[in-house]
Amino acid sequence: MITWLANPERFNIIARPLRPWLAGVAAVLLAWGLVLAFMSPEDYQQGDTVRIMYIHVPAAWMGLLIYAAMGVASFFGLIFRHALADAAAKAIAPVGAVFTGLALLTGALWGMPMWGTPWQWDGRMTSELVLFLFYVAYIALHASIEDEPRAAKSTAILAMVGLVNLPIVHFSVQWWNSLHQGDSIFVKGGPTIAPAMLWPLFVMVAAYHVLTAWLFLVRLDSEILMRRYRALRIRLTFN
Amino acid sequence: MTRPSPIIALIKRDLGLALTRGGGPLLGIGFYLTLMAMIPLSLGPDQAVLTRIAPGLTWLCLALSSLLSLERLFERDFDDGVFDVLRLGPLPLEAIAGLKCLSQWLGTGLVLSLATPVVMIILGAAPQTALMALLSALLGSLSFAFIGGIGAALSLGTRKGGVLMALLVLPFYVPPVIFGAGLMQAVQTHGSPWQALAFLAAYALFALALAPVAMGAALKSALS
Repeated sequence: MITWLANPERFNIIARPLRPWLAGVAAVLLAWGLVLAFMSPEDYQQGDTVRIMYIHVPAAWMGLLIYAAMGVASFFGLIFRHALADAAAKAIAPVGAVFTGLALLTGALWGMPMWGTPWQWDGRMTSELVLFLFYVAYIALHASIEDEPRAAKSTAILAMVGLVNLPIVHFSVQWWNSLHQGDSIFVKGGPTIAPAMLWPLFVMVAAYHVLTAWLFLVRLDSEILMRRYRALRIRLTFN
Repeated sequence: MTRPSPIIALIKRDLGLALTRGGGPLLGIGFYLTLMAMIPLSLGPDQAVLTRIAPGLTWLCLALSSLLSLERLFERDFDDGVFDVLRLGPLPLEAIAGLKCLSQWLGTGLVLSLATPVVMIILGAAPQTALMALLSALLGSLSFAFIGGIGAALSLGTRKGGVLMALLVLPFYVPPVIFGAGLMQAVQTHGSPWQALAFLAAYALFALALAPVAMGAALKSALS
């Protein structure tokens, strides 16, 4: 299946009709999630500002998930010379960077009323910042190598080294940590977050996933077109 | 007479070049000491403040000084074709890259590590911490050399080598800097340094294991 999809033509036969649906579902889910978020009860301590969570938590989650996806795509690209996997990793990287940046930004906005400071050097925020730097390094490396296959290879190596390193960085930063509130969704004995807040959060998480899938397909298609354009231009100049 | 082992020969050559070419390790040491001198000049000579931040800043300076000489790790040999010749030899590319990093560490990391206790003490750390500072700097600079080698291999032949390499490598320097500075903090406050030292050693081993594979792949892609 994965090798079968390596042909961009075949891939687009499936992906192109899927795109409007994904865009529609993402729009509906986002709208629904936002409505739920605004209807959900205020937090007894945090008041209205708790609603930032519905933007913040899914963004942080997507930042991590996309990095993992890039690592997997890079693995397929590097080991199996899967052409589309290279393009996929390149296409998804800026999306992940934006989500991670959004998580940092909304975190700062949330921190200002709650902690009285937009930035606190604690474990998770610092890890998130390092993740953002990983994305920046990845994009910078891709941009600075002209030859496309070489760029794909080098960035794939970087993505995989980064993927191995990310848990270590996270652990080392935890080791040195401080004040962030602990995990409140995936804990033993069920979530400690109120069900009335869990629902809008899950809808938003779903919305972010579908949105990412749509953005990914659009970016991947434009990447494929870009490559074809470059190949055609080279052929025209040399004939 | 037997021929010298290719491993020894390569280390000898690289180490010789590292020690003699362009001032050798003096350049790194000079940079390290200059950075150190800038710290009190920018923060003021308050000894209490300096003592508190000495370990952390020393580690930061060590990381930056290790980075400085990495740019040339593969570049010259890549440009003048030495790599193509080395590839024809008996050693795989991974081993060549690993040995070059080892020579790099012997040539600069080791010297920087020897200077580390001095830097830390001048900045205000207690002289009793010197041994631990040396030990941790040896492990830290070893990770810096090998992880940095990945960055050097990846940025080969790109247009903006130096800055790009710093951008690639510095996020990976986070764990050793944290462990190293944490270790020295523990030593200063008379806590137990062993946990941090174990983590530091673990990261150095991890770098030793991972870096040659990644560098080999990156060099192959650059040479093709």
